[in-house]
This record gives sequence, C-alpha cells and structure tokens, in this order.
Amino acid sequence: MTDVLVCIKRVPEATGEVTLTPDGLGIDGSHAGYTVSPNEECAVELAVQVADGGRCTVLTLGPAGAVDQLRAALAVGMTDGIHIEGDSDAFSPADVAREVAAAVRARGEAGSAYDLVLLGNDAADTGDFQVGVRLAYALGYPVVTGIQTVSVEGSTAILTGEGPDGSETYRVALPAVVTVLEGGVEPRYPSVMGRMKAKKAPIETLAPTTVPVGSGRLALEVPPPPPNQVRILGEGAAAAPAFVATLAELGVLR
Amino acid sequence: MILVLVEIDDGALALVSQEALTFARGLGEPVEAVVLAAPGTDTSAAVADCAVQGVARVHLVDGPDLISYAAAAWASVVAGVLAETGASTLVASGSGRASEILAHVAARLDVPMAANALEASPVGESTEAVGGQARMPDQGSDTGTGLLVRRQVLGGAVVESTLLAAVPAILTVAGHAVEPVAAPVAGAASVVTVTPRIEPDDLRAQVASVTPRSGGDGASLTKAKVVVGAGRGAGGPDGFGGVDALAAKLGGVVGVSRVVTSLGWRPHHEQVGQTGSRINPDLYVPCGISGAIQHWAGCSSSKTIIAINTDAEAPMVTKAAYAIVGDMHEVIPAILAALDKRG
Amino acid sequence: MATVPATAKCVVIGAGIVGNGLVYHLANLGWRDIVQIDKGPLPNPGGSTGHASNFIFPVDHSREIADITADSVKQYQEMGVFTQSGGIEVARTEERMEELRRRMSSAKAWSIPAELLTPEQVQEKVPFLDKDVILGGCYFPTVGVVDSLRAGTIFRERAQELGALTLAPNVEVTGMVVTDGRITAVETTGGSIACEYVVIAAGVWSPKLAKMAGAHIPLTPAVHQMISVGPCEQLAAIPGEISFPIVRDMDTFCYERQHGSDMEVGSYAHRPILMDAEDIPSIEQSKLSPTELPFTSDDFDPQLEQALELMPELLGDERAEIRYAINGLLSLTPDGFPLLGETPEVKGLWSAAAVWIKEGPGTSRAVAEWMVHGNPEIDLGHSDIARFYPHQRTRAHIRARTSESFNKTYGIIHPSEQYSSSRNIRLAPMHASEKELGAVFFETAGWERPHWYESNAALVEKFGDVCMPREHEWDARWWSQIINAEHLQMRETAGLVDLSAFCIFDIIGPAALEAVQRIIVAQADVKIGRVIYTPVLDERGGFRSDLTVMRVAHDRFRVVTGGAHGMADLKWFADRMPAGAVVVDLTSAYTTIGVWGPNARAILASVTRDDVSREGFPFATCRDIEVGNLSVTASRISYVGEYGWELYTPIENGAALWAALLEAGAEHGLIPVGIGVYGTTGRIEKGYRAYGYELDTERTLAEAGMQRPKIKEQDFIGKEAIIAQVAQPPTSVLCSLTVDDHMSKSGVKRYMLGGEPIMTREGGELAGTHGWHPYVTTAGSAPSLGKHVLMAYLPPEYAVVGQELAVCYMDELYPVTVAANDATPLFDPENDRVKGNA
Repeated sequence: MTDVLVCIKRVPEATGEVTLTPDGLGIDGSHAGYTVSPNEECAVELAVQVADGGRCTVLTLGPAGAVDQLRAALAVGMTDGIHIEGDSDAFSPADVAREVAAAVRARGEAGSAYDLVLLGNDAADTGDFQVGVRLAYALGYPVVTGIQTVSVEGSTAILTGEGPDGSETYRVALPAVVTVLEGGVEPRYPSVMGRMKAKKAPIETLAPTTVPVGSGRLALEVPPPPPNQVRILGEGAAAAPAFVATLAELGVLR
Repeated sequence: MILVLVEIDDGALALVSQEALTFARGLGEPVEAVVLAAPGTDTSAAVADCAVQGVARVHLVDGPDLISYAAAAWASVVAGVLAETGASTLVASGSGRASEILAHVAARLDVPMAANALEASPVGESTEAVGGQARMPDQGSDTGTGLLVRRQVLGGAVVESTLLAAVPAILTVAGHAVEPVAAPVAGAASVVTVTPRIEPDDLRAQVASVTPRSGGDGASLTKAKVVVGAGRGAGGPDGFGGVDALAAKLGGVVGVSRVVTSLGWRPHHEQVGQTGSRINPDLYVPCGISGAIQHWAGCSSSKTIIAINTDAEAPMVTKAAYAIVGDMHEVIPAILAALDKRG
Repeated sequence: MATVPATAKCVVIGAGIVGNGLVYHLANLGWRDIVQIDKGPLPNPGGSTGHASNFIFPVDHSREIADITADSVKQYQEMGVFTQSGGIEVARTEERMEELRRRMSSAKAWSIPAELLTPEQVQEKVPFLDKDVILGGCYFPTVGVVDSLRAGTIFRERAQELGALTLAPNVEVTGMVVTDGRITAVETTGGSIACEYVVIAAGVWSPKLAKMAGAHIPLTPAVHQMISVGPCEQLAAIPGEISFPIVRDMDTFCYERQHGSDMEVGSYAHRPILMDAEDIPSIEQSKLSPTELPFTSDDFDPQLEQALELMPELLGDERAEIRYAINGLLSLTPDGFPLLGETPEVKGLWSAAAVWIKEGPGTSRAVAEWMVHGNPEIDLGHSDIARFYPHQRTRAHIRARTSESFNKTYGIIHPSEQYSSSRNIRLAPMHASEKELGAVFFETAGWERPHWYESNAALVEKFGDVCMPREHEWDARWWSQIINAEHLQMRETAGLVDLSAFCIFDIIGPAALEAVQRIIVAQADVKIGRVIYTPVLDERGGFRSDLTVMRVAHDRFRVVTGGAHGMADLKWFADRMPAGAVVVDLTSAYTTIGVWGPNARAILASVTRDDVSREGFPFATCRDIEVGNLSVTASRISYVGEYGWELYTPIENGAALWAALLEAGAEHGLIPVGIGVYGTTGRIEKGYRAYGYELDTERTLAEAGMQRPKIKEQDFIGKEAIIAQVAQPPTSVLCSLTVDDHMSKSGVKRYMLGGEPIMTREGGELAGTHGWHPYVTTAGSAPSLGKHVLMAYLPPEYAVVGQELAVCYMDELYPVTVAANDATPLFDPENDRVKGNA
C-alpha cells in the first residue's frame, strides 16, 4: 500500500486554433474546453495502480473551474482532492512548487504523509519542465523525470523511462518525487460508477500560503500559420502517378 | 560568458546541442561547454565539433560517481562550473536530460528557468520588440544582465515573451528552432577536466540499469529519412495495411497521430507529436491526419511533406508542400500499384 | 481555396441531412444548376447531423411531424440506411403511464404499431434494465436507427447523377445580396454566386446567415448532452450495431441507445444551455467539431445517476468506460416546430432549419415541393416560418420559450398547455378590465386572451350539471366548467368577447378587387359594406386559410383572420399582389369586440343611434356606426351561432367601447365570455370549421363539406382543382360525432381533448382510408346539446348519420355516433338564431 499525491494542471485544450484572452496574457479555453496534459493523465493512472489501496490524492493549483479536472481524476480512481485556489498564470514554477510543498508538509504534519509525489513531466500549456524538480528540492526528496512506469517494492520505487541508450531503471528510496511522461500506461476513462464516486469524494480547498512572485510572462502571441503553398497533385487514386513522379523529383526513389 | 551543456549522439556532438551552441553564440558572449558524457566516453569528436561551434573551453568530467547517470550529480557539476567560471547564462538543448539537469541547477540556485526558447536577447536591446509594453520586473532591470526570451508554449502553438532577470539566466532551446551554423572563427575548445566531489544525496536517484532497446522505440522514428504517417482517417486498427506497405516500399517507418495511439490502434512509440517523437525526415507522408497543433509540433521539421487527406482545407494539407485530396484507402493502393509498375 | 460557380438557380447552404435531402429532391423535381455549399468538409461538415444519435421514434402527437417522420423513414429505408431496432418508452410514474396510454392512442391515430408492456415484458426485451424502477413501457417495434451521414452522401450523389448539383465544401458564406427585396446573390470565401433562390439549411448557424440578408430564422443553438459508455459485456456479446430496443426513460428525460458494444446515454434533463449562433466556435477552434462542445459533467451527473438506476449492471460495470462525452448543439425554436418556407422578409430566401434527423428527408422533400410546385404534399402549416409575429423573433422571446420547453422534450405536454415565460407581451386595450373580471388568460400569438372569467363562477351553480363537469384531472386541466356556463348564458342572454388577437390587414389600390378576387374562393366583386366569409385555397385546392373579407371601399378590402395563422395569411396575400394593390397590416391599429346572443341587438341599440335593426343591418354586412363618442365599424357575422356583431375600433378606443358595452349590457344579462366559448364550444355545436384543426392544405372544400353549388366565374387560385374535385367524390368527409358513453373501465368519466383515433366499435381500423388515419380534429363540450362533440374526417362509407363508431382515448375505446356528415350544425340547424328568427 502506497500513499500517492498526483499534481495536475487545468490547461486549455489546444487541438485546434488557439485564441488568446482579450488582455493577450492568457489562452482562451472557452471554445475547446479544458483538460490536463496526457502526461498527467498517465500520472493519475500510475498512481491508481501503484497505490494498491493506499490513499491517492489529486492536487491542483488553479482557478475555481479546476475542480472539473480534480473530479475527472477522482472519477478514474483517485480518492480525494486538494484544490489550491489561484490563478495559475500568476504563479511561476517556483511559486507552484512552494505551494505544493506546503500542502505536502501540511498533510505530513497531519499524519498523512505521502510516499510518492507524481507530476506530469511538463505542463501542457507552459511546458516549464521544472515544477517537479523544484518541488523535490523544496521537500528534500530525490526526483526522477520522464518516467513511464512506476512500481513500489517495500520502501523503494522502481521507475523506468526512456534514456538515450535504452530503457533506464531507477530504484529510489521513498519518499520521492517522480515526473511522468506518457506512453508507459494507458490512462483509463472514467466509468459511470467512477463518476458517481467522484461527485462525493472530498476536496480540500486551500489558499496559497503567500503572494506569488509571478511567472515573468510579458506577452503571448499566436504565430501566424505558414502561408498555404501546397501544390495539389490530384484527387483520389488518379493522383498516384503524380505522387510517384514527385518522389522521383525529390530523390526519394532511385 | 555563456555556459552550454552539450550531449553526445553516435560519438559526435548531438544535433540539438549544436543548435544550442549556435543559439548561445548569438548572445554575444564567449561560449564554454560542459559535455554530458559518462567518464570514459570518447569525446574527441564532440570536442572537435565544439571547436567548430566556436567554443573556447570544454569542460569534461571524470570520477566514478558519474558512470551511471544521476541528474542531481550532473547538476552539481554544472553548478560548480557555473560558480567557477562566473557564467552569466546557462544554455542547453531541450532534450529530456538537458532539461532535467538545468531544472536541477535552477532549483539549487533558486533562479528561474525558461524552457523551449526560440530567441533570447539581453534586456534593453529588444524590449521594443514586444510591443514596447514590456513590463520590467524590479529585480534585474538595473543589473543589465537580464535576458528577454521568446519561447514556445502550448506545444509550439503560442510564443511567450518572458524576462529572465536573475543571474545566471537558465534556458533550454526548442528543438530545431535554430539551424546549427559553424562559428566564423573556430574556438580553441581547450579541454578542462573536472573531477567533482558528489554529495551522497545527489546520487539518491541514479540509473540502476539500462535495457538496450530491441526494435520498437521512438528512436527509429526520429532518425528515419522517410516517415509515412497515419491518423484518424485510417478508420480503425485494421486500416494500416496501406501505410505499412508504403513505408516498407519507401524504406521508411510508420508514424501516427495521437488519436491513433489513444484509440489503441497502434503502439505509443509510433506517435509523432508534442508528446511523441519529434521527427526530422527528408519526406513525411501524413495520410488521413488533419494536422492538429500537437502533431505539427512533432513533424514541422520534415524537409518535404506530401499530405493525403479527404479535406483540402485540413491544416496538414495547407501546411504541406504537396497534397493529394482523397481517401487514403483509395489513394495508397493506387500509389503502391504505380510504384510496383515502376519496378 | 475552393471556388464556386458564378451563377446558379439555387444555392443550398448546408450539407447536413436537410441540405443534402434538399439538393436531391430539388433535382428530382426537375431543378438544375444547384450549388450546395458548406463551410466544413464532406461528408461530415461538423454540424448537428454529424453527432446526432440517429434514432427515430415514429410517434408524435402532431400529425404534421408524424407524417413527415413516416416519409423520412420510408426514404431512409429506400436508401438502405435504416436499421429497425424497436424502441421502448418506459414510465416510472403513474402519470407517465397515463401519458404512454395517450401515446398509444396517438400511435393508433397515425397507424403506428405500438404495444403497452408490463415491466416484466420490458425486461424481456431489454434484459439489463431493472424492471423494479419502472411501472411499464410502450413498445414501438418500428423504431430504428439510421446512418444520416451515409444518407446525405447518397442524396448528394443522386443529385450529381442527375447532373443538377455542384458541390462546394469548405466554402463559407460571407454575405447575401438582396436587391429590391429579393435575394440575388450569395457571397462566399470562394467567390460570389448570382442566384434566384437560396435555402438556408445550416442548422444552428441559420440565424447568423439569415441576418446577413436582413431576415430572421428564430432558433437558438442549445446543448444536448450525451455520453457513450463501453464496452458493455452484454452488448459486445452480440455482433452488429444495435440488437436491443432503444430505451427512452421518459420521466428522467434520458435515452439509452446501443451503439455496438457501447451504450449511449443522452439527456434533455439538464439545465437549458443556450448559445448564440455567432458564438459557435469555428471548425479550427473546436476540439471535435463546432457542434460538439466541451462536456460539462456537473450538468450531467444527476442524469447519470438515474441512468444507473435503470441499467445498474450494464452501466455500473467498472470496466465500462465513458469514452465520449459532449455537449452537442441542436436547434430549438420558440414553439418547438421547424422553421420552413420562404422568409417573410426576403423573396427567394428560404429556410429549412430546426429539423431533427427523424424529420430530415421528409422535410427536405416537402420543402422542395413547396419551392418547385408552390405547395408541399404534407401540410407544413405549423412549421411555416412566416408564422411568427415580430416579437416572436426577438432573441429574448426565443431564449425564454426554448429555456422553458427544453426540459419538456420528453415532457408530458397537455394539448392546452400554456407557456409561463415571455407572457404579457401583447395586451388588449381592455386588459385591465378583464383582469378585474377574473379572466384566466391563455396566450395566442403573444396576445393575452381571457379563456374564461372567474367572475362567472356563479353561473356554474345556476346551470349545474349541464356544465358537464370533468372528473379526471387531465381532462379538466387548462379547462373550467365556467366555459360551459358562459356558453349557456350567452345563448340565454348575450356575451361580450375580446377578439383583439385578430390579424387585420387591408388590400388597397386600384387593383385591390382584382387582387382579392384572385385569392379568395367567394365572389369578391360585392357592394361596399358586404362581408364575405371565404376559404382561401392553394393551387391544388387545399386550404390555405378561411377568413372574412369586408369591402370597405371600392378600392379597399379588409381581411380579418385568426391571430395564430395571421402572419402566414398576410404573407400569402402580400406575395400575390398585382401592380396597383398593396397590403397594409392593421393588426395593431384595431381592436375587435364581439357581442352575440339573443339580447345583442338590444344592447347595441342602447348605445347607438344608428339603425341596427334586423332589416336595417342585415347579416353579412358592415358599416361604421357611432357608439357614444366612439367611431366603430360593425360587422354582422357570427362564429358562435348567435345574432350579433364584431365591432372594430381603433385600439386606443377599445377600453372605452368595452366599458360602454359592459355597462349598457348589464341590464340585458350581458356577461364577458372567454375564448373557451368562442374557440370551441360555440363553434363545435355549430359545426364551424377552424383553420389548423379541420382545415389545412391537405383538405379540400368537398372533404370539409364547404363546397358551394356555384363556382364563381372569375379566375382564382384553386379553381381548376375545385372543378376537378367536383367530378370525383371526396375520399373523406368531415363529420361531427357525439360521444355516447364517457365511462372508462376504471369508473371515471373521460372527455377526449382532440387528436384521438376514430375506430370501429370493436377497435378495428376503419377501412377505405388508403393510408390516411381518421382522428379527432377538434373535441369539445356542446353544452346546449349536453354532449361532448368530436369532429373527424371519415371514409365516405362511415360518413353516415347514425353510424356507430368508437374513439380511442388513453388506450381505451368509447362509443361514438356520427351526428352530422356535412356542415349542418348540431345546434340550431336552420341558423334561426344567427338570422334573428329565434
């Protein structure tokens, strides 16, 4: 039995055209909706698997609407939630790490320490690649990033991820921080029962411990799409010869 | 002075590290490099590549603690070199390892880090570039050492301008954001060997074992010269016969969009995109892929793209050099037949 | 960027089920040079068709919708995209069981197979359903699912094979060119198309497109949530897309529809989530498609819980995952009916919007017929986009009414059900007085109309059981015995009726006579001061309306018609004006007050010095009179079978006229009388037909028993059809029937409300209907007869006075007898009262 905390972040869906908020400092998710990164979905899945009956808490720092993302995680097997209410855009990675660390310590002081803290490798929106590492330093825990599978043997976590020379295995003493990269597990979808449980699962709401320093963001811009210069080779099967000719031109065919 | 953490790939300096060096040189200060390689690795080619990139000094590392990779240990090495050299800026590629080590350094020094930078320029020179409305944080604005960074966020769909005001400024460079260019004058690349003392705490998370890959992995995708892509248009797990055959015919590999892997039609390691592999082939043939931003993030470095799609207005088509408008299940068999005829 | 042809006969905007059906049917009816554009790709451009649940329940309380649905099913079947699955509506409450019995009757009325099931029988068909949470179900074996995208492709291909269609996907409309009130071109991202006709079949985007031309398509995009759960073991065990009947959990407003190994759960129970067409995301901005918005699970959770109660094992399986969940957009209209026909604002600009999958092909065929031939085979009166008054096209009205009706999608809607939102929009000048008199207001076309007056409650005691009390709550809902008491009192003394809701318009100009003569059936070339009651027909001889026309001057005719259908009538006239005649809407200029009854003459005489005697003011004449210091146009006609007048006065004088008449009438026993009498009891005992009930475009003069021995010499619309009809006996005859016994099996007297099927005494179908179904067009009390009277079209062999038949109400048979097989009134057959002979 392992007690796991998973940190997730509410981010705008960005499968389509991106629209900025009127002040140009945020991304407008009102059309496409909000989600968490695939990495975090995998982190949640790993947590549910590795907890083995232990506590699986899902934590987020975000606006009121981020409860949706907490509930979504609770619907796939997390047991309770922590919601640090704040505008995530106003928090730097260091700010976020400090707030999460405070929450982890508070739980520890309350007698429910976590063995393992999982995060996504990088947030889908800001892509900072550092909250997990900073959190580990704040807590004094070891940290491994880019992990795809997690298992626990006694007080040791066995972690694997892709390295430059192959699959790498770490054996790290708990408690530890791990950031997860998608690909090792298939995140599950919620079941109807899961949704029902999620509705009733407890969520603790916290205020940030201090005013955030801020992310240093000055502006956002959506780069214009490259000009459409496509040459249509033809329609349907009739275009096959033109395709082959183009390959020859490009030197792909000898 | 700019310190760059570089990596080795196939004995030479990794392409992304060359890009990082070119990027660093653009900041207008002398460049030194720390080579991320286990003691005992043959670094001679990499050092030579560093010279081409105008690197003045190359820091190589020795000592038993670094034989197996441990990010924290490497962070202590880099932090040591930073302290010793007094570098103003720390740069690396956006590879998993480089990002990880830089994050450790940033956490140790309690300074910000900017990931996936596209451009950087010292403050004062280009504040105008962000519309003249750049808000100047209080700290750093008087030191003159701040870096204004433009970086990719949201998988490359959006560019963020941010100010790195602390010293050292720490940033990683987005893959393929700059073309590696040899320095006008080669650097001395004089080698300095560092034998660091590693704290036990920095070895708490260390690679215990490595299982060499056997086939199925993302590496074959990232190195392939030809990639045939398939997306939702494949229609189902049985819809990949054509793309498999075409990839085989062209001596390439198959890459798929995220939807294909999340539907479980194909394994994850075949995924091209923001959360999959970033490919760099001579030819990419995406079939039935609409071209969401996440996918584009992984394939935009392809030299030539020939899209096959029923929708002539799909982003994948409009961003491609060539396109065939049609159902992949009709077009690919015709192409295979045409290739067969050709012999 | 795709380009479009520079010219076209017709541009169809939208490639959903409706647009696709239209291009085929227009081509099939002979049109060529059709261009179909859609801003999305084919075959699924991203509209509501693309995410539809695609199932069809054939039963509907509306005949129009039931017929359109039946035609759609036929077309889907012919294309081979229909899979019959059967469907069950289940009831969790007794009230709903009663509604299911009512639906059984509606099913019989339209000859749709249906069967009531016990919970055990339901479970036999749907083994994973928990029988303990339901009281029963109604099984419709002909329910099925369709592939609406495939159907669309077939439609387009057929139109292309006919050489009639140019397809332009990925082309967005940027503007509409209107010249002198007529559409002349559509501007698109692919270029401009000069054209004669444009059809907006763009679903949720339709209002935005109409606005480009200055027209209104009054619908709102609204969210319908659905999720897909799977794989479910019981479903996966059987191959194929659907092997179990679709379940409609009527009391929770949810449905469960099998999709291969998944179960789709959809809901109409969540809060109404409305949008504006302008705010729908673009294809590029959307995650899935513009009409598949991010799922808001909080809104859906209560429904999920209820679905779980119904199918605990199937949906409660932890391995069955919610893999797809959307807030799907669909179109809602203020009155729930589609928006079809030429827009009243712009000639040549047509709407084919707010159509469900089940109605798509049938609707597109009907609209194509309408465009090509001038009228559809199936009457689309309730769906005619011309039906709306200006206030009904406002955003606030649309949102108020759709918010209210959304949760009634599976609701139990009483035939007389009133909206509570967007009320008090059109108030008669005597509204304050009516309120004081305890009026209970019903709404027609925005007007607040007294249906009865509580101040007349004492009359119920006076008349006692003759008021025909109703024992069952459903029968008595939206009804009062006071209506019948008012009726009886009017027949005894006199009644005063507020008719402000009438739609009034003038045809003016040197060509006014020519114009009116051509439109109405009756002779229009009459003396000034004559009042003509006349049908208005379409080219095939079907009813477009029935109304009265007053000749007020040599070059001026005044049309008075019902409020509900008034706007459509106005458009019908306006569309047919020759040079030299114009239509001027005076609806808001005049109020109308009816005064009828044996004492009506005495009452009017007491307030005017003008001659209102029987000889001095003959029937079917009108003239201006003075009522005190008010100028009033009086017209001696009656819709309630009594002597009296309709009095028209400028709307600002209405309150004064009302007060003067009430005061003068007091000593003559005058009471205010509501629309309950005017619209139902008064007319039904007189056999008066009403448009929208007995009369519509599918009915002829002969069938309605309204043919005159002589057809006027002058040419008029429908004349040729009438002449042809004379040679052929009608296939149906409008009859009045009386209910012989009201007692139900449970010992409660029941009173039909309309829409019920007429059957043989034994409950068999009537022979000789050739596919149409005899049903009750109007039902109501005939207090003077002490009977409950039904009107219905019957096959000629049953249209015999004394013929014994039955009516099926709440799935029970009640004996009825044909009392009249023509327009002969059941009450006062010689019309002595109207004439003043009584």
